[in-house]
Amino acid sequence: MKERNFMTLQFASRSENESFARVAVAAFVSQLDPTLEELTDIKTVVSEAVTNSIIHGYEHRTDGIVTITAEIEDETVYITIEDKGAGIQDLELAKQPLYTSKPELERSGMGFTIMENFMDEIEIWTAVGEGTKIRMKKRIESKKAMFN
Amino acid sequence: MSLQIELENRSSALIVRLKGELDHHTAETVRKKMEEAIEAGDIRHIVLSLKELSFMDSSGLGVILGRYKQITAKGGKMVVCDANPSVFRLFEMSGLFKILSVQDTESQAIASLEVVS
Repeated sequence: MKERNFMTLQFASRSENESFARVAVAAFVSQLDPTLEELTDIKTVVSEAVTNSIIHGYEHRTDGIVTITAEIEDETVYITIEDKGAGIQDLELAKQPLYTSKPELERSGMGFTIMENFMDEIEIWTAVGEGTKIRMKKRIESKKAMFN
Repeated sequence: MSLQIELENRSSALIVRLKGELDHHTAETVRKKMEEAIEAGDIRHIVLSLKELSFMDSSGLGVILGRYKQITAKGGKMVVCDANPSVFRLFEMSGLFKILSVQDTESQAIASLEVVS
């Protein structure tokens, strides 16, 4: 039987919560004994997805709710980040490196590219006016393996 | 965890030292402080010293690219130095290193500007 653990976190769509979100998820994932690089990867992708929810999903409204679920199944972590905001009009365009729908805000357009590069798999569900849900998967090559 | 910004004017260069975490929340302050310093002083180049920057995401790339555009519009250069491996990787992934100059240390970054100016 697979070992399973999970946690769920909900918070207001305020930019102050971006660091809280990535640190909380990193703390949860720490039980898999990840390398510093793996932990940074996870903090970065959480930061990207939560920032997208705040800027694009809720368009800077602070009364939205961002929900994060992190699940551990053996050595694999699944992270889901969900908002009930605006949704993405053109997902393929949004995923293009360097594309941003808000150039006036100095967005780099690298969010999805970073998520795709740092995680093993990413799935995105979005509907205009309903919200966006991103589910990402990463296998943690535990440090313990090096000492076997 | 937040971000501290240290600004120093050295001849025609603005040295910007970032400490802590640069994300969407802290990027706005970085933009404002650097914009003001660039517009106010007799500044030609920027040295961005990232030795104590422990975290950065794509919002950081955005604000750095914005200042790059600002200083190059004035005919100047931007040099980035001392980035940790994860910050370095983001610069590589975004292609920003194709347009920015990179040096290992702050003194090398300053020296590289003295040669060109």
